[in-house]
Amino acid sequence: MAATRESLADKIAIDMTPMIDVVFQLITFFMLTLKTVITEGDFDIRMPLGASAGIASEDQLPPVRVRMTAGPGGERTSLTMNGQPVADFEELRRRIVDLVGAGPGSNADKTEVELDCDPDLSYDNVIQAVTAVSGQVQPDGSVVELIKKIKFAPPKKK
Amino acid sequence: MARMNRDGPSKTDIDMTPMIDMTFQLITFFVFTLNFSTAVQDDRVQLPTSQLAKPAEGPSVDPITLQLMSDGRVIYAGEPVSLQEIGGYLENEKRVMIASSKEPNAATVIVRADGRSKTGDVQELIKACQEKGFEKFVLRAQYDESK
Repeated sequence: MAATRESLADKIAIDMTPMIDVVFQLITFFMLTLKTVITEGDFDIRMPLGASAGIASEDQLPPVRVRMTAGPGGERTSLTMNGQPVADFEELRRRIVDLVGAGPGSNADKTEVELDCDPDLSYDNVIQAVTAVSGQVQPDGSVVELIKKIKFAPPKKK
Repeated sequence: MARMNRDGPSKTDIDMTPMIDMTFQLITFFVFTLNFSTAVQDDRVQLPTSQLAKPAEGPSVDPITLQLMSDGRVIYAGEPVSLQEIGGYLENEKRVMIASSKEPNAATVIVRADGRSKTGDVQELIKACQEKGFEKFVLRAQYDESK
């Protein structure tokens, strides 16, 4: 394979087949491990221990109590806000907007929502409730923020 | 490029260069889109959807991700453990925080709970964290693209 001094211009034939084989192995590996990432977002909840005995600041409005009961399969059987029945989460959002107002000048900063749920309730409903009270999506796609302070009621014993 | 022979089949020279270029392009694409992070985003947990689930401004300070599956078990270090056992692992997390001279209440616990899991299990998990001194919690949901 080594060229003598007289024939340095000789070309060396490289066999491409193994290189291409390895390259295709790599592609196959990466294709099989590819995963599409779905956008994930966070909702803050306040849960310091002893929150129920916490000292409220002077201008805190009384908390809004949202209660959801569950049926045997975890489905939501009732939804109430401060004791009054609410048809669905859209109506819950409307009532929150009526209560605290939306946009500048709203009382949303001074209001807290307490979620009281049956232990068997499907967690999906909790997120839907948090979504309903946290903000309102406007027709143009922007989001009006509503209540940011959300906490869970102490868990019930089964 | 094809040679015409009068008798017998003609041979064709294939230039491999463009094919190899394309292949390296593909590899580079896959290298950049590879994601090994099942510790913080396991497929066994399907997050509930929400239209308000926009990503946070930046990464959380000292995040601890706990993933709760629909059957009530928590994924820790890639393996499911029961809610009773998670207390021990949370104690480890607390010790790691203290060893870095930080209080546990400075950590943010990211709760990735399956949409089908029970609310009671989520509350038990939060309570187990509170018993170890963790105070900041975020509930994670996936963005609802349907509307």
